[in-house]
Amino acid sequence: MVKMHRRSFLSSAAGSIVVAGFGLPALADARNDFLVVGKRIDDMVTLDPGASLEGSASEVSRNVYRRLVNYDPHDLEAGYGPDVAEDWTVSEDGKSITFRIRQGLRFESGNPVRAEDAEFSLRRAIKMNGSPAFILAQFGFTPENVDDRIIADGDTLTITTDNSYAVSLVLNCLTATVGSIVDKETVLAHADGDDFGNGWLAINTAGSGPYKVLSWKANESIVMGVNETYVGPRPQVSRIMIRHIVESATQRLLLQKGDIDIARNLNPEDIKSVTNAEGMRVDSEQRGRLMYVALNQKNPTLANPKIREAVKYLIDYEGMQNSFLQGAWAVHQNIVPATYLGAVKENPFHLDLDRAKRLISEADVSDRPLQIGLRSGQEYLDIAQALQNRMAEVGLQAEILVGASSQIASLYRSRKHDIYIGSWGPDYPDPQTNVGTFAYNPDNSEEANAVGLIAWRNAWDTDGLNEQVVAAAQENDLKKREQMYHDIQARFRETAPIAVLFQQTEQAAVRDHVHGFSLGGAVTHPAYWNVTK
Amino acid sequence: MMSQTATTWNTALKVPRWVRRTVALTGAFAFTILGLMMVTFFIGRVMPVDPVLAVIGEQSSPETYQKVYHDLGLDEPLVHQFLTYVWGAVRGDFGVSLLSGGEVASDIARVFPATIELATLGILVGAGVGIPCGVLAAVRHGTWVDGILRLIITIGHSIPIFWLGLVGLSFFYGKLGWVGGPGRIDFIYDGLVPSVTGMILIDTALAGEWSIFANALSHILLPAGILGYYSMTYITRMTRAFMLEQLSAEYVTTARVKGLSERTVIWRHAFRGIRVQLITITALSYAGLLEGSVLTEIVFSWPGLGNYITTALLAADMNAVLAGTIVVGVVFVGLNMLAELAYTMLDPRARS
Repeated sequence: MVKMHRRSFLSSAAGSIVVAGFGLPALADARNDFLVVGKRIDDMVTLDPGASLEGSASEVSRNVYRRLVNYDPHDLEAGYGPDVAEDWTVSEDGKSITFRIRQGLRFESGNPVRAEDAEFSLRRAIKMNGSPAFILAQFGFTPENVDDRIIADGDTLTITTDNSYAVSLVLNCLTATVGSIVDKETVLAHADGDDFGNGWLAINTAGSGPYKVLSWKANESIVMGVNETYVGPRPQVSRIMIRHIVESATQRLLLQKGDIDIARNLNPEDIKSVTNAEGMRVDSEQRGRLMYVALNQKNPTLANPKIREAVKYLIDYEGMQNSFLQGAWAVHQNIVPATYLGAVKENPFHLDLDRAKRLISEADVSDRPLQIGLRSGQEYLDIAQALQNRMAEVGLQAEILVGASSQIASLYRSRKHDIYIGSWGPDYPDPQTNVGTFAYNPDNSEEANAVGLIAWRNAWDTDGLNEQVVAAAQENDLKKREQMYHDIQARFRETAPIAVLFQQTEQAAVRDHVHGFSLGGAVTHPAYWNVTK
Repeated sequence: MMSQTATTWNTALKVPRWVRRTVALTGAFAFTILGLMMVTFFIGRVMPVDPVLAVIGEQSSPETYQKVYHDLGLDEPLVHQFLTYVWGAVRGDFGVSLLSGGEVASDIARVFPATIELATLGILVGAGVGIPCGVLAAVRHGTWVDGILRLIITIGHSIPIFWLGLVGLSFFYGKLGWVGGPGRIDFIYDGLVPSVTGMILIDTALAGEWSIFANALSHILLPAGILGYYSMTYITRMTRAFMLEQLSAEYVTTARVKGLSERTVIWRHAFRGIRVQLITITALSYAGLLEGSVLTEIVFSWPGLGNYITTALLAADMNAVLAGTIVVGVVFVGLNMLAELAYTMLDPRARS
């Protein structure tokens, strides 16, 4: 009783301050109008959509920026649909796509959204050459030629690629964060030298989406508020705060007390306790990230096809899924994530020690213990230990090397590992994003230094898959394109020195009164504008 | 004749004593900090963590890698990089944080007040409770009072602070609702009070927002109490040991023989003798708390210096790590010097 009294006193007192000083509605309403999300956001380095690749920054960009084409959070299965572009036409040679820009859209600043803004946004991504630039650059754009190949003309924007690519591939790439349309006038007004406004956009936003960023304190919180110039149904929650909370137990406690509405990084134990608790539920969505084991082909033992095959039978896929992975990862043995074009459900591998033993006995194995490299993370360590034990049972010695992620990454990028356990998130929602890195490696030499390709990192020349991958990227018949990805994956499963193990399922713990939150599935990022409280 | 010459020399070179002392102290200060910078800088450069990958992510192309490698100045000779760094630091420019994209100096200006606030409350609790308890334990040496205090100290030494924080949170915040949860303030109040000092208790008081002040206080009580408990265990233990030594000294016996009251003997005589030592250990405890208690800050989601440096370290954000370490160094050396000045005032032997 006493506690209630204190609470209500505090609330009303604070409410009156809010009303008097800041012109916001009273606190009782404010609480319903205000969504707090607990999440680790230490991966957020820049808010500039032209320079960020994935993670928390992409989540913010999805809610702040419109793209030419986009995914509807209510109907992810429908694929991309019109957003800033009303419709588009493809030239006869298949190299040019012309978008007709929707009229009446506005940026935060009040400026209209024009074809010129789209032209500027895509050109600057290529010219800045930041980490996401390759998503567009794969179509032949370079800082030198982009001014001739991405051109606005009145209400239309035409992009011309170097080859005829599948239109679905090009458009899927434009739904990625790097395809975000920024406000040219505002950004240029804040440009510093020839930085294309990168310095300013790193900490500010200039979009036409449902929200805009009100404040960002690195490793503390980011607050988004409704963008008043947004054209579309007004979001019901007018402020979203994403709080950086590292500890899973702390997130759970805050959720139980109702101080946060959504907890995004709960460990399996905390997920379990939330599942059984009152007033909360767990929302699960399959995401695009895959976990895999890769064998470096520079190591003669691992280059032996018998050993490659044996390793695939040394992993207890089902057992791990049902024990320590507890719903966070589900068995998936193919390079195209489920729900993508061309995804398949064949999971032929299972734990089979006898088979593995037989294969290894036919191979020539060196005595030097193999090193299993992985970044810190309990699930990776658990998998590595399980693999190490199984390997020992069939006579392969292994040691585990755990390191900070950038430390292991540099080892992996320079092809100095033996076995690597890691994960890979798609960069854009098209099968090409994964097939083009796992099954494509046109030049396997050291000089090629193609660190972006997982096949190159593992010194695998892909046994002739390269041409099939290129052909699939250029096939415009969807049915045929789908079949081509089926074929590529079948061959990959059989021959690749890489075993895909699992696909991620993200579990968000949510208070019961929160509805309409979409994590974005495997194809895009979380959307907040349909959330109600 | 000899002595006269010496006097003349002395007079000719007479520099006021305080000037010499200040110069010596400043010199020692600068030298220590420079040494610290050098060690941290070079450790940072030989660490097997790749700062470029930390910026661009592991999926990016070699061209992007080369560009950022160059932008970060990593292709310069190491000594050149260090000198550039020191020159920047002298002007208050610690570079840009890879993680926040902002100036490291302004990041630190944002996170350090949160730590100062927590550490100051913590040390007030620690010293305020610890010193009287230590004196009490020494005076009641061997009795049940001493026994209970020793038990409390031992518990404090053996329980991990991380665990105590979590249990404290789930009990006092989760079950009873007596204190605020993780964070410095209820999320709904965030950003309502203008930041002047960066210390929420002071800012809310300055703005006259007493209900938000009460809210902030309810958030800081538990973490400050836990930090206070930990420094209290150390301060109590040391105070007890210092006091026991004094109480067995002959001058205390003399004072008792003279018929002085026990109270006078303890506080006027024995306690005076340990003031200097107490200042040292309190200053050191305070410096330890100002370093930022990483675990407490993580459990309580407290955006302080410890949290900042740790996150930066894990992400190979070396500019932030270096600047954070320098701040910690300055705090340590600074508090040590303050303690030294305090000796001079309190201990007649140090004055001569």
